[in-house]
Amino acid sequence: MTAPRPDGAPDARPTLAVWKFASCDGCQLSLLDCEDELLALAGAVRIAHFTEMSRATVGGPYDVSLVEGSITTAADAARIREIRTDSRRLITIGACASAGGIQALRNFAAEGAYVGAVYAHPEYISSLSTSTAISAHVPVDFELQGCPIDQRQLLEVITAELVGRKPVIPTHTVCQECKGRGTVCLLVAHGTACLGPVTRAGCGALCPSIGRGCFGCFGPSDAANTDALAQCLLESGMAPVDASRLFATFYAGNPVFGDQSQALAEPIEPIEPIEPEDRPVQQ
Amino acid sequence: MTHGSGAQRTVSVEGLSRVEGEGSLHVEVRDGVVEEVALSIFEPPRFFEALLQGRRATEAPDITARICGICPVAYQMSACAAIEDAVGVTVDQEVADLRRLLYCGEWIQSHALHIYLLHAPDFLGFADAVELAERDREAVERGLAIKKIGNLLMAAVGGRAIHPVNVRVGGFYSAPAPSDIAALADPLRRARDLALDTVSWVGGFEFPDVTGNYRFVSLRTPGRYPLESGRVASSDGLDLTPTAFDHLVVEEHVARSTALHARLGGDLDYLTGPLARYALNSSVLPDVAREAATGAGLGPVVTNPFQSIVVRAVELVFACDEALRLVNSYEPPNPPAIDIPARAGVGTGVTEAPRGLLLHSYALDSDGVIVTARIVPPTSQNQITIEADLKRVVQGALSLSDADLAWRCEQAVRNHDPCISCAAHFLDVTVVRE
Repeated sequence: MTAPRPDGAPDARPTLAVWKFASCDGCQLSLLDCEDELLALAGAVRIAHFTEMSRATVGGPYDVSLVEGSITTAADAARIREIRTDSRRLITIGACASAGGIQALRNFAAEGAYVGAVYAHPEYISSLSTSTAISAHVPVDFELQGCPIDQRQLLEVITAELVGRKPVIPTHTVCQECKGRGTVCLLVAHGTACLGPVTRAGCGALCPSIGRGCFGCFGPSDAANTDALAQCLLESGMAPVDASRLFATFYAGNPVFGDQSQALAEPIEPIEPIEPEDRPVQQ
Repeated sequence: MTHGSGAQRTVSVEGLSRVEGEGSLHVEVRDGVVEEVALSIFEPPRFFEALLQGRRATEAPDITARICGICPVAYQMSACAAIEDAVGVTVDQEVADLRRLLYCGEWIQSHALHIYLLHAPDFLGFADAVELAERDREAVERGLAIKKIGNLLMAAVGGRAIHPVNVRVGGFYSAPAPSDIAALADPLRRARDLALDTVSWVGGFEFPDVTGNYRFVSLRTPGRYPLESGRVASSDGLDLTPTAFDHLVVEEHVARSTALHARLGGDLDYLTGPLARYALNSSVLPDVAREAATGAGLGPVVTNPFQSIVVRAVELVFACDEALRLVNSYEPPNPPAIDIPARAGVGTGVTEAPRGLLLHSYALDSDGVIVTARIVPPTSQNQITIEADLKRVVQGALSLSDADLAWRCEQAVRNHDPCISCAAHFLDVTVVRE
């Protein structure tokens, strides 16, 4: 990546940078999982910053920045502003960067409850009380959804950026993917709780194809009617608290799912740290 | 990266690369003696143990998978084992075998990733695998081919490679069709051949002469190399149930790190991962893996941390061979999952993530809701040992230039494949030592 070109000519390739905030590394791994395309990609672009992959790093500005992870500290809130300044195009990859991720569940808890439940010395931890999407801090050029993102969609987004066109990424629902692959509707035929009617396509309707209801890991689709689905889930016998949990996972930080979850939930009580001796014992 | 001269010398690596997650390291040398070594983890915490409180136990595999995108199956397996222990159920042998097969896929992809993309470039003097590919494209393509087969296996059993969707407490949502499993046999045979080439390749690297004095801790499974189940054993004679191990591991919260430091009984540091598994279980490796180890010059115990890359390659041979054995004997579990009753209880699960022991324990209420969760990832357990390693490595390499010494330190950290994303997130402190 830092090696000069053999002919000594300046490197005219576009630069790609990959940045990480609070996350699991899985969406960056999607890039390394492009086993058939990785070396070709590394030839077509100059990978200028990608710490999971290289100890070499090149300063900005960058043509395209891919950003994984959510903003959970004041330092990271400042860092994403610098990255935005250094990036011609900024694309978020995954649920954390695009909606706050599973760690956005803290946004619904009493301030300070989470850190006190986990760390003995909360004063050592400097963490915001919220986990927020990158778009809450800086303008974002495109948000690629998924927990994790789909590898083919990632390649489509990078390809589109390199040629300067709009990426072709569907915004319709998982339901349409089930119809496309001929999967019988779990909700209608079996009464299985499924978020497919309100979840964005992209996974290929993986879960329904193995008899599992969609759990919403690509986030809300366009024009998602979560009220109607919530009603349907309750009518099929699901307890409101379970319906609330179903909407409150990786996209709880997106108000379309988060507000629906809150509407279904009873008020959430602040979480107090529980001492080990107070754990219930085996019956 | 390094500065200072004469009597005092400081080595700092602000952003550790080619590891999962965000950390830094800091070494201070005074008058030729390494005085201070600190591996700092500044990955922002995500508070998983807090956000699990109030969730259904059956949600734990999917939620905790999101702790790490590199080893989600490890999280799913430890979570399932802990919750099944808490409610007092045991899965059928066919389910246990299918879990082991899925876990082999994760080992294959994670070990291939670490060997080829994260660690080998250090031994050959390259900044990354792309530079390595400019000199030896065949090697990198071999690594990517193995990794792809690991991902293929994970997708066939788990539905997808990152954050698989088919795993549930009690088993699987659906049993893969026998024809889909049989189709894995040819790719796995190829992966096993490529893994054998890998052992020869990394066995020929030059290794700095360092000997660690480790207390090894790993699972031990009768007659088999450990993966998804077993008792916890140590090189100094411990032989514990997962629950007893849970009680013995004490974590401490230190100022410089969002990961907790784990010790046995509060004062004994230890090492988990490939070196530990190999030291305690090399006698039960399948012949093909044991012969590869011997061919690469490994004895039954390896104490040079830089040779962990060879042990990882031997484990890669094992994982391919074991996956092939499980593919050939595959019987679809019927039913694919057993029922999980809502029942109060406490339970522990310990499994072997690619980079070491992963412990989960949960307390559940009578509705099957999580009251408390404790997760101890491998890197929290290894962090103290990694620092001790760094001290030895720096002491033996003071003649290196500042830049080379910093690189050597990075390599020494990568010997243990730390997963900082895993380590930073949570941890339920039971005892704090002041």
